[in-house]
Amino acid sequence: MIKDILKILENDARTTTKQIAAMTGTPSAEVAKLIKQAEKDRIILKYKTVISWDKVGDEQVWALIEVKVTPQKDVGFDSIAERIYRFSQARTVYLVSGTYDLLVVVVDKTEHRVADFVSQKLAPIEGVQGTVTHFLLKRYKEDGETLEGKEEVKRQPVTL
Amino acid sequence: MLITSKGQPKKYRNPISQRINRLSPSGIRRFFDLLASMEEVISLGIGEPDFVTPWHIREAAISSLEKGYTMYTPNSGMPELRQELSRYLKDNYNLAYDPDSELLITVGVSEGLDLAMRAVLDPGDEVIIPDPCYVSYDSCVILAGGTPVMVPTYQENNFEISPADIESRITGRTKVILIGYPANPTGAVLGQAKLTQIAEVARRHQLLVISDEIYAKLVYGIEHTCLASLPEMKERTILLGGFSKAYAMTGWRIGYAAGSKEIIAAMTKIHQYTMLCASIMGQVAAIEALKSGEASTTEMVEEYNRRRLVIVKGLNNIGLPCFEPRGAFYAFPSIKGTGMTSEKFAERLLIEEKVAVVPGSAFGQHGEGYVRCCYATSLADIEEALSRMKRFVAKHQAK
Repeated sequence: MIKDILKILENDARTTTKQIAAMTGTPSAEVAKLIKQAEKDRIILKYKTVISWDKVGDEQVWALIEVKVTPQKDVGFDSIAERIYRFSQARTVYLVSGTYDLLVVVVDKTEHRVADFVSQKLAPIEGVQGTVTHFLLKRYKEDGETLEGKEEVKRQPVTL
Repeated sequence: MLITSKGQPKKYRNPISQRINRLSPSGIRRFFDLLASMEEVISLGIGEPDFVTPWHIREAAISSLEKGYTMYTPNSGMPELRQELSRYLKDNYNLAYDPDSELLITVGVSEGLDLAMRAVLDPGDEVIIPDPCYVSYDSCVILAGGTPVMVPTYQENNFEISPADIESRITGRTKVILIGYPANPTGAVLGQAKLTQIAEVARRHQLLVISDEIYAKLVYGIEHTCLASLPEMKERTILLGGFSKAYAMTGWRIGYAAGSKEIIAAMTKIHQYTMLCASIMGQVAAIEALKSGEASTTEMVEEYNRRRLVIVKGLNNIGLPCFEPRGAFYAFPSIKGTGMTSEKFAERLLIEEKVAVVPGSAFGQHGEGYVRCCYATSLADIEEALSRMKRFVAKHQAK
């Protein structure tokens, strides 16, 4: 049941308890209880919105930064990852397989500030062997939503 | 010179055949015309998915065009499609159909149904059909020269056809039982127990069964039982299925018929003279759907189920009693409390609240008193439609 609720919320965090109750055939009180528990257990981390900031003329610079790391004894990659994710500029931090180890998504106001963050904060961390910074040029699809227009369903008004 | 009743010279002798004149004209043409003239209507009247065909399926068709797949296919369909279909029926229902002689790819279930009727009926042969049912069932029987024998089904029995009611209508001329579950327009599903009883009736009276299972994948909290998978039923069943509903592929027009070698050969004969083959682009898309469409279907079914729960509860709450449909994507609430006919209800609802539903009477005499509400539309639209219908019902019940 909780999985059904989470799927609904992941798709639309504004779905009300009452709506979820109807969609899953569960009493409202039960849904509210399950959501509260999921929040408490940090299964639900936060409720957020996917926004096309370009449309309101807000300048944001996004960068995907590959970080190659020398793993440290006993703790592996985790302690280096932690030193990186503590910076608020690092919006997302993943450990990945392949030619580099950590993928860091940085969001800031200007390219200059991103460059400063990489050269002054990220690169000097002990254990960081090197970084490759990719500035994001255009977003086509975000969290399952295409940014430029949705596919319109053109159906006949009635079919039997 | 031939003269019409109005004294005008006539160009042809009785231009329309008697057989076509026997087909009842669609009684709700006026309603459709009204609907077509209106804008910003929330339509619960559309009998197809609101999803677009999953991209991987569309992509396979596009790529086939790039490669030059633009020719006729064999009459019975592309061999690869028949093989995939054979595997699919084996995996899903443990049914073994020979892809070379027991499967035929058709232009939707609509063509399959027409072929089946024409292949098996002689003039005057009777076909037993549940009422209400999909609009083309009785017409296809009439077109093939047969006589439809309608069996009423009722909300009290969740619109399931009763085996005893079937049996009581069997005569010396009965040749076929035609059923379609999960059902359009009611959303009814027949469980394995009831299907087994129907199968027994068919065996006892040596009847064929044509089973339209186009909605097989759209079931909620119940397993779909394929009629042909019941003991000794494969040889006496013509199984009709297709890709429209499960994979959101209505416009591609690809369906199939599965049955005995003898019947499939007869159907193929008609198909080859009247249709030649289904479109190759659609067939290529269908191959992709069978190979890797399962995940998309599961996702769509989960979404339909959420909408189903919302609409059924909503309809019951606003005073339109509705049994819980377990399949397809239709709810079929009773509107008897409003004192209106289903056509009147649909027309007033459209004019006053701009919500379109389909009058139950379009689906047969026993659909009167009900309307078909399709929930293959966004949850936001369903909720808005429900709130408008609530206002409408309150207003008309008060009178």
